[in-house]
Amino acid sequence: MSITTTPADTAVSAPPAAPAGGDTAPVRQDERLRALTRNPAARKLLVLAVAAAVLVPVAAATWGSGSWPHALTVDLSGPLGRANDWIIDNRDSHWLFLYFFGYISGGIIAAVHAVYTVLLALGWAGVAAGATLLAWRVAGVRVAVTTLVSFAVCGLLGMWVPTMRTLALMVVAVAASVAVGALLGLAAGLSDRTFRALRPVLDTMQALPAFAYLMPVVLIFGIGVAPAVLATVVYAAPPMARLTALGLRSTDKGVLEAVESLGATGRQRLLTARLPLARRELLLGVNQTIMMALSMAVIASVIGADGLGDRVYQALSTVDVGSALAAGIPIVLLAVVMDRTTAAAGAAGDSGRRTGGRTAWLFVAGATAAVALAGRALSALDWPGGWNVAIAGPVNDAKDWMVDHLYSGLPGVGGTADWAAHYTGWVLDPLRDGLQALPWWGALLLVAALAWLIGTWRTALTAVLALAAIGVLGRWDTSLDTLSQVLAAVAVTLVLGFAIAVPAARSARAERLLRPVLDVCQTMPQFVYLIPVVALFGVGRAPAAAAAIVYALPAVVRITSQGLRQADPAALESARSLGATSGQQLRQVQFPLARPELLLAVNQAVVLVLSVVIIGGLVGGGALGYEVVFGLAQGDLATGLVAGAAIVCLGLMLDRVTQPTKGGARDGS
Amino acid sequence: MARKWIVAAGALGLLAVTGCGAADMTKQSSPYANVRGAKSVTLSVQSWVGARANAAVATYLLEHELGYRVDTVQVDEVPAWDALSQGRVDAILEDWGHQDQEKRYVEDKKTIAPGGELGVTGHIGWFVPKYFADAHPDVLDWRNLNKYASQLRTPESGGKGQLLDGSPSYVTNDKALVKNLGLDYQVVFAGSEAAQITQIKQFAKDRKPFLTYWYEPQWLFNEVPMVEVKLPEHTSACEEKGTADPSTVDCAYPTTSLKKYLNAEFTHKGGKAARFLADFNWTKRDQNEVAQLIAEDKLSADEAAKRWVKEHPDVWKRWIP
Repeated sequence: MSITTTPADTAVSAPPAAPAGGDTAPVRQDERLRALTRNPAARKLLVLAVAAAVLVPVAAATWGSGSWPHALTVDLSGPLGRANDWIIDNRDSHWLFLYFFGYISGGIIAAVHAVYTVLLALGWAGVAAGATLLAWRVAGVRVAVTTLVSFAVCGLLGMWVPTMRTLALMVVAVAASVAVGALLGLAAGLSDRTFRALRPVLDTMQALPAFAYLMPVVLIFGIGVAPAVLATVVYAAPPMARLTALGLRSTDKGVLEAVESLGATGRQRLLTARLPLARRELLLGVNQTIMMALSMAVIASVIGADGLGDRVYQALSTVDVGSALAAGIPIVLLAVVMDRTTAAAGAAGDSGRRTGGRTAWLFVAGATAAVALAGRALSALDWPGGWNVAIAGPVNDAKDWMVDHLYSGLPGVGGTADWAAHYTGWVLDPLRDGLQALPWWGALLLVAALAWLIGTWRTALTAVLALAAIGVLGRWDTSLDTLSQVLAAVAVTLVLGFAIAVPAARSARAERLLRPVLDVCQTMPQFVYLIPVVALFGVGRAPAAAAAIVYALPAVVRITSQGLRQADPAALESARSLGATSGQQLRQVQFPLARPELLLAVNQAVVLVLSVVIIGGLVGGGALGYEVVFGLAQGDLATGLVAGAAIVCLGLMLDRVTQPTKGGARDGS
Repeated sequence: MARKWIVAAGALGLLAVTGCGAADMTKQSSPYANVRGAKSVTLSVQSWVGARANAAVATYLLEHELGYRVDTVQVDEVPAWDALSQGRVDAILEDWGHQDQEKRYVEDKKTIAPGGELGVTGHIGWFVPKYFADAHPDVLDWRNLNKYASQLRTPESGGKGQLLDGSPSYVTNDKALVKNLGLDYQVVFAGSEAAQITQIKQFAKDRKPFLTYWYEPQWLFNEVPMVEVKLPEHTSACEEKGTADPSTVDCAYPTTSLKKYLNAEFTHKGGKAARFLADFNWTKRDQNEVAQLIAEDKLSADEAAKRWVKEHPDVWKRWIP
């Protein structure tokens, strides 16, 4: 528990006792005032109120009290448009492109081409055998079987070539992400100053929606595989950097001293002690990087990444749910296989299961080569078309049946289309209109108050500046539209998440049932969630919200139930002995004790929901996500870039407003 | 410290050695092209179903008659021009008129070559369903549209009448038109053409009135008969004004002869495929036939193309070089 939140914490959990004293004994006025100034939450509000009383009348008199004042906006579309034109006109002549960006782009394309050629040369049998043997070597028989089945399913669905393309792109992107992330992490792990400089940047990058990364790379590299790989690297490198730095910094001081006393040089210390000791974190970093890279590689289909994501994108744009599913299933399978394999590699390091090293690897390589050669000899390199199972037709039939029967007019409960309409009409519209009707300085004050109460003055300042930046960019109303979608979806997510987490925290069996479901849900790329919701809710803001809720739910359930379970058994026992009902125990003991976890759950919900609400622009979600899609679709990069910047600011603001105080964590690390 | 400098110098040296030649980004094609010596062609396919029909038939014939391997990539209209100029895509088969892009890439940079006409004439306009036009014939003049605004209101149109638009990527002046003609309407983007069609079908099922941006040729007319609303006549003066500043447009959309464009280098090096694509030319009826097989009968693009190819050898034989 952090130092700064402790007093506020008691203030929250204390009420049952405090009012009893306050009601019976009259407290003198000044004493109450003093108590007020002693309470940090009240003190913060007081400071804010004073600041507001001074600043608001001035601001309101100068710029009015409606939406963000026009006088305070900066129109960037002119300069950005000119920059875009300049880049297009000079892309084939300026030295910056010919000798710098051109090499980056060329290198990436050559690398992807090489990997893709190797994958095709191995043939389907070779790739499947190689991946299965690799999984067996690293993670054991069960994962190997999963791998084999997964690759077979990819082939059966007629998605072999797109899967190989995504795989080729992934291999290059992950290798680059791990290299970049490890280098950054190494620098941050060895130097305190780099660590302090890098940490807030990495923290922020992890809170930003993937969509925001697309525009800048398109501006420079155009559409294609190279920008897709670059966007993926930018998105996926931060977790590797963070975990590398963490791993290096958490090395046991005693061990280090011992190594040092043996006369090891700095490099020897790093290679023989610090890196091996950080193995667990490093592998966890690789795991997270792979998962984020897959998620991004799929989203990057919007900028021409090809592969599975492109198939989903093409299918979504024609609301062909069957085809989208056929391309979505391989994505999920890839995610599961990669996650299990790398996770097992990380766990194996602990149990010391690293026997028979070289011969086993030679066997893996040899067997793969043999299978590949056999495939080549039988000239069966391409997946045999006759084996394909067409699921698009049946799935579309099922979807049509659902649309006919579940869409509307179910007796009693209405249909999914009715729910979508109600959610839009009764929740989203009033919330959006309410937010947009808020005077601009009111919104700033509200954000400042929330961020300061939960966090420190620093987070509050960042949040307010981020919101103001949105106004300055001229995206006030659109951003509030997005914000209304985020808030509504977060509210639903939290209600559902707590409702699931409470029983899960109390019963071991519920927890056991839930765990594999959560595991799978958390590894799925965001893009995949768009497919079923379009089938169920049509197009608009409601399906985007549904996808966001489903995407964020697992994290909320997991964090909340963990927090509730950690509640001190002694405290629970004493509450029970005092005759508290289980509801009372929950409200008055478990929830207050789990406050940090609950705040973290809120924070995660906000970050995850935002990321999906933004890509909801692809299914009619409107607002900022739509502007990015519009910018990409019309080649109007100015609109897209400004919207992307607004998304960054919104993400920053939401993250800071909900960020449980870093004060304690900072002292601790 | 010294080691750092050595590393930095080494890196710079490496850059200097490898960097003696220029790497022209605009000449780098897709890493998936021409793998394993296969001759491959990359087609840009746009999201509307007519364009899918073109690509489906071209793909089928290239693969089965000429022995190419064809990749299709979904890229939106304007970025497709950029991708085409860079050679990441070899051809666009249906373009609805992008003067800015044409000037930049065809006239100035000469990286894109015109590929002739598709043979289909396209027309964009505003449409109302026939059942509504029959009941209220005067809705077909734009001057009377405001009278019907209250009947065309929806939850998303904010108290005004709804003018339904499709994908953000389509050529549209609707926002400018609504403003300049003083119409009490709100342009609502469905987000994609598929969403727009779903919406139109739902309206038609309940026989509700609607006003939508739509275009010909389009197979949906066979299912939901629609009538065009007359907008102020398209003149060349209006067109010039609109080219200079799109927000001043106040007249109807032109009738466009849809065109094909090829990457300039591809026209030289593309061999048979380039000649085939340049000769590709069919009619509105042909395109609609394939489009309807894809969109309505839910055939895969490949299957739809196969059927059409089987029935119309007289049309496609002319294209094969």
